[in-house]
Amino acid sequence: MAEIRNYTVNFGPQHPAAHGVLRLVLEMDGEVVQRADPHIGLLHRGTEKLAETKPYNQSIGYMDRLDYVSMMCNEHGYVLAIEKLLGVKPPLRARYIRVMFDEITRILNHLLWLGAHALDIGAMTVFLYCFREREDLMDCYEAVSGARLHATYYRPGGVARDLPDAMPQYRESRWRGKHDVERMNANREGSLLDFIGDFAARFPGLIDEYETLLTDNRIWKQRTVGIGVVTPERALQLGFTGPMLRGSGIAWDLRKKQPYEVYRELDFDIPIGTNGDCYDRYLVRVEEMRQSTRIIAQCVDWLRANPGPVISDDYKVAPPSREEMKGDMEALIHHFKLFTEGLCIPAGEAYAAVEHPKGEFGAYLISDGANKPYRLKIRAPGFAHLSALDEMARGHMLADVVAIIGTQDIVFGEVDR
Amino acid sequence: MNRSCETLVATLRERLGEDLRDCVVALDEVTIEVKARRLSEVALTLRDDPALAFEQLIDLCGVDYLLYGKDEWATEESSTTGFSRGVDEASSGRLHFGDSLPVGDMERRFAVVVHLLSLQHNRRLRVRCFAEPGDVPVVPSLTGVWNAAQWYEREAFDLFGILFEGHNDLRRLLTDYGFVGHPFRKDFPLVGHVEMRYDPERRRVVYEPVSIEPRVLVPRVIRDDNRFVLPDVEGPADG
Repeated sequence: MAEIRNYTVNFGPQHPAAHGVLRLVLEMDGEVVQRADPHIGLLHRGTEKLAETKPYNQSIGYMDRLDYVSMMCNEHGYVLAIEKLLGVKPPLRARYIRVMFDEITRILNHLLWLGAHALDIGAMTVFLYCFREREDLMDCYEAVSGARLHATYYRPGGVARDLPDAMPQYRESRWRGKHDVERMNANREGSLLDFIGDFAARFPGLIDEYETLLTDNRIWKQRTVGIGVVTPERALQLGFTGPMLRGSGIAWDLRKKQPYEVYRELDFDIPIGTNGDCYDRYLVRVEEMRQSTRIIAQCVDWLRANPGPVISDDYKVAPPSREEMKGDMEALIHHFKLFTEGLCIPAGEAYAAVEHPKGEFGAYLISDGANKPYRLKIRAPGFAHLSALDEMARGHMLADVVAIIGTQDIVFGEVDR
Repeated sequence: MNRSCETLVATLRERLGEDLRDCVVALDEVTIEVKARRLSEVALTLRDDPALAFEQLIDLCGVDYLLYGKDEWATEESSTTGFSRGVDEASSGRLHFGDSLPVGDMERRFAVVVHLLSLQHNRRLRVRCFAEPGDVPVVPSLTGVWNAAQWYEREAFDLFGILFEGHNDLRRLLTDYGFVGHPFRKDFPLVGHVEMRYDPERRRVVYEPVSIEPRVLVPRVIRDDNRFVLPDVEGPADG
């Protein structure tokens, strides 16, 4: 009889289903995974060490580049930690804007996840549908910050600027005739808030479209039901947070349990799964998109009715306005000090966490009173999830590994930092 | 100090007793310090005692306290002497290839900081544990208590060179295969030691000493701002 040996498969780092630069060493017994050993760090940039050598406000841009599909939520965690140490509370309008953009970011993230996950398991159409809506949301990012991805919009003490009164519009060109442009600009006639309001009104119908394609789809169910099952006890032991934890049936959401910003004032529900498999996590995330839409609609109504400042008027924390700076010596000095030296933060340590689309995103700051953090540790949700890949994939078929990587919603920017 | 912190501190004092070396409440966060020798026992109590019930390990990270409280730019005396240029001090951002900082015998240099979460009581706890002084910093592993510590400890080992006693798979995690040194230590230069390129003559990847000039655009400065001198905000005890 021939000797039977385990086979080692190198999955990635250049595999489209590895969601970035994941090198996975799989020990296979035929088609069944015996052991999965993820090798990470191919995207390690030393973000935390870089942050230690820069003033606090210069690192906000690095946060965007951690989890590069939920940019503003990363900024939020970092900015909250700074504000906690400083004891600064941003104006109410800024907090509503932050919550609104956090939820826009959540939808952005879940749309990319849904499209990529479905594409990995063999459903092409969903990907195209999801990217159609991502386009609108990235236009919102662009309208408010000038950048479609890496916004650097949240600042200690508030947000960089108020919501614009006009939404950028498409222009006629050789490829786009008058009628096309009129159709595309139909919901861009008003302000950014009008555009977001319109999006919130039509998005639930679009989620129905994705669900028609997947929820009762026989192939989709075959690929996800009963795959990567995690019990609630194991989910806690393995440090799962966010949809990975809720998919296993634990009702834990920082927006409800440890509310930050204005989540206490808003009305929304937390979906949880029952079986802890890939299908339940899919349902949880789809429902989260619906809930996010609800939150966005509430924020739009509040922001329409309540104009006001969007950044703290404490010039030791946030820079004075441009006009003020030109006319006032004091303001000029504050501006100069903030942009040459940065802000000195009182000695101490703080951990601030937000409910990031992927789970709990936390920033742990140690300050010794300097203008640069002494130590910054970023708690990325994907890191804990990926470390459990071995346990989740063991005993599954090779093709299921792709489903499990997909369901974990891995982005290497945050795992490798 | 709010109510939930108070009750947590009281419970911790009661359940941990002698093991509790230090307990600080600042910004509504509770930080305790534990001796490395007793970390495993304390961790089990924290997880299993129903009054504490910290089911989840949220984060574990290393900290290097080598340069804590050191600045590069003296501003205290500036009104009589003028400002210094702030470009002379050596910090990791300014180290060249081959440079090193005088490390000396620092007793409390490396620490492991653990963030715990109790879902049942909805509260958090930070545990700090300084490694025993010696050639290599050693701390007992928490992988047996919380499985999530597996990768966090590998990361802390990789970046700080902290050894975790009892960890069954302490390999490097984030840095390259064959990497030398522990990059997040404060005496490791920001620009690194080596750079890598493909050598077409030898037809393989070669490592060479770094050629980039290190530079720091904004010096590190500590200002004593009396608006922020609060009675209950304290840094970690001096080593």
